[in-house]
Amino acid sequence: MELVSKLASVKAKEKLAAGAWQEKLVKWSLIFIGAAFLVIMMVLPLVLIGVEALAKGWNAYVRAVSEPFAQKALWLTAEATILAVLSNTVFGLAAAWLLTKFDFKGKSLLGAIIDLPFAVSPVVAGLFFIMLFGRLSPFYDTLQAYQVAVVFAVPGIVLATIFVTLPFIARSIVPVMEAQGRQEEEAAALMGASGWRIFWQITLPNIKWGLLYGIILCSARAMGEFGAVSVVSGHIRGKTNTLPLHIEILYNEYNFTAAFAVASILVILAVVVLILRNLVEWRLTRAERTGEHEL
Amino acid sequence: MSYEVELKHIEKYFGSFKAADDASFGVEKGQLAGLLGPSGSGKTTLLRMLAGLEQPDKGDIWIAGRRVNAIPARERGIGFVFQNYALFRHMTVRDNLAFGLRVQNVDDHIIKVRTDELLELTGLTAVAKRYPQQLSGGQRQRVAFARALAPNPKVLLLDEPFAAIDAKVRKELRSWLREAIHNLGITSLFVTHDQDEAVEVADKIIIVNKGRIEQAGSPVEIYQSPQTPFVADFIGESVKVEDYTRFKGFGDESGSAGAHQGIIRPEFIELAKDEREISLPLGAEQGVVKATYFRGSNMAVDIEVCGQILRAARSLEKEPLQVGDKALAFIHRIYSLEAGQTRIIENHAKRQESVVI
Repeated sequence: MELVSKLASVKAKEKLAAGAWQEKLVKWSLIFIGAAFLVIMMVLPLVLIGVEALAKGWNAYVRAVSEPFAQKALWLTAEATILAVLSNTVFGLAAAWLLTKFDFKGKSLLGAIIDLPFAVSPVVAGLFFIMLFGRLSPFYDTLQAYQVAVVFAVPGIVLATIFVTLPFIARSIVPVMEAQGRQEEEAAALMGASGWRIFWQITLPNIKWGLLYGIILCSARAMGEFGAVSVVSGHIRGKTNTLPLHIEILYNEYNFTAAFAVASILVILAVVVLILRNLVEWRLTRAERTGEHEL
Repeated sequence: MSYEVELKHIEKYFGSFKAADDASFGVEKGQLAGLLGPSGSGKTTLLRMLAGLEQPDKGDIWIAGRRVNAIPARERGIGFVFQNYALFRHMTVRDNLAFGLRVQNVDDHIIKVRTDELLELTGLTAVAKRYPQQLSGGQRQRVAFARALAPNPKVLLLDEPFAAIDAKVRKELRSWLREAIHNLGITSLFVTHDQDEAVEVADKIIIVNKGRIEQAGSPVEIYQSPQTPFVADFIGESVKVEDYTRFKGFGDESGSAGAHQGIIRPEFIELAKDEREISLPLGAEQGVVKATYFRGSNMAVDIEVCGQILRAARSLEKEPLQVGDKALAFIHRIYSLEAGQTRIIENHAKRQESVVI
């Protein structure tokens, strides 16, 4: 009897051990798959960019980065990014304010239109601007008469960037505004405040973290935009080349070191944006959790 | 009679939903009135139209002798306390109170004096530097109240002012608010779905149902002479009976055929364990106790009489009734609900008694 029960308990223990072992196997293989994926998809490419950029030494790197065309491309990217962020901030605030504080017909349609740039391929967006302002456009003659060049010039690049990044700011503040409702605004209005004052003193302080988050997302996307800008740019070196376009040209010329060197600028910018994003995200969740808004 | 605040024949639709249906009522100067009705009856919509936050489709709104339909909310001179207070979350208590005065470009020194005064009135001086999130429910409610009063409004509107506060604090706040409003003498209108609250706080109650005004009057009037079946049913702990003529003392005198719907409140019923306990044993009905509920100050008793369950109250001082006990119920009066009107019918037995005497 005793022996039987002992045997049974040993068997149960073995079973248990086998179960635990299996559990461990599953756990570690999942961790391995996840880590391997991350290394191959994210870490290796980043490391490779650094390695390639510095393959011919530090001096070659500095030369490639400070070369006039690279500098021009950097400034053009900065210009397009800043203009896109500015115009989308104004538009995003207005759109979010409209979508959350008022009721009107066609509200959901407006919401859908704001999301359009997410759905449309950037290349199609670029072609759209070519059709609108290029040689085939009905406005072409008028634009020519006033000597305004949109396509294959800086305005086209800025327009394409604005289009592609349009939803980011509106989409980051709409949920914040929605969650806060419109009663604070109503309360301020009943105390005699004008719409302008309500916006600056009530609405804006309540959404500042959401807005900043949107601005950061918008900048990141604007800096890296390739497709739409590539179509409208015309790739004129020193004139209409943004950083991503410049990298492509260098790469196509088999100038790998320079291509990776310039690419590293974008990577550094991306890392900075990422850090900012995390900081703001942390503030945003904290503000939501505690409801505190003082700095 | 001239009202400080008056709504005349107000109609309001939200799509096909009628939120206000020919609604008319007025509040006198300095009066504290309560809009009482079930959820979704349109009482908050009436309040918001008065404030200018919604526009009526038809009808006139008058404030202080001026038709204000075309006047935007910010120029109506109304203080508004929102259900969830809508305090400015990124401002301190003091800044919340000062906002309305800053809007009017009042001198900084005067703002300081006025906010100090209001902090004093509401007992919030100690928490003046805190943010709304750092306050308790009752404190927030008082901040909302003080903020609404700061710009010296002509009229104060309060939307479910006590709904978000726990029961104990609510009782204190009710009497505090009532006193504060009466001391200030400001014409006030509040919305509530809680009849105890309305009866306790308001000088005048306006009963709203499905966007219509059912009745307006003092709490006593509303309680003692409900004018519509809805009011009779809504106010008090009413039990509806399909045919009141089956009860002793309420036999049909007129002989009119048709429905004899009526409403009986617990306080209309005298409950007794036996004949010694009751004043008019002859008019009493035999019944069986179906359920009892301890209510703290008394006992609620459900008693089945003539196949109808009635709710009555029994003092805790008297011998307790158990489920299944036989008991006597004398019904003093019934509200009859015939033809959309309410009429009080006294028990015939009482009349005969008085004739004998």
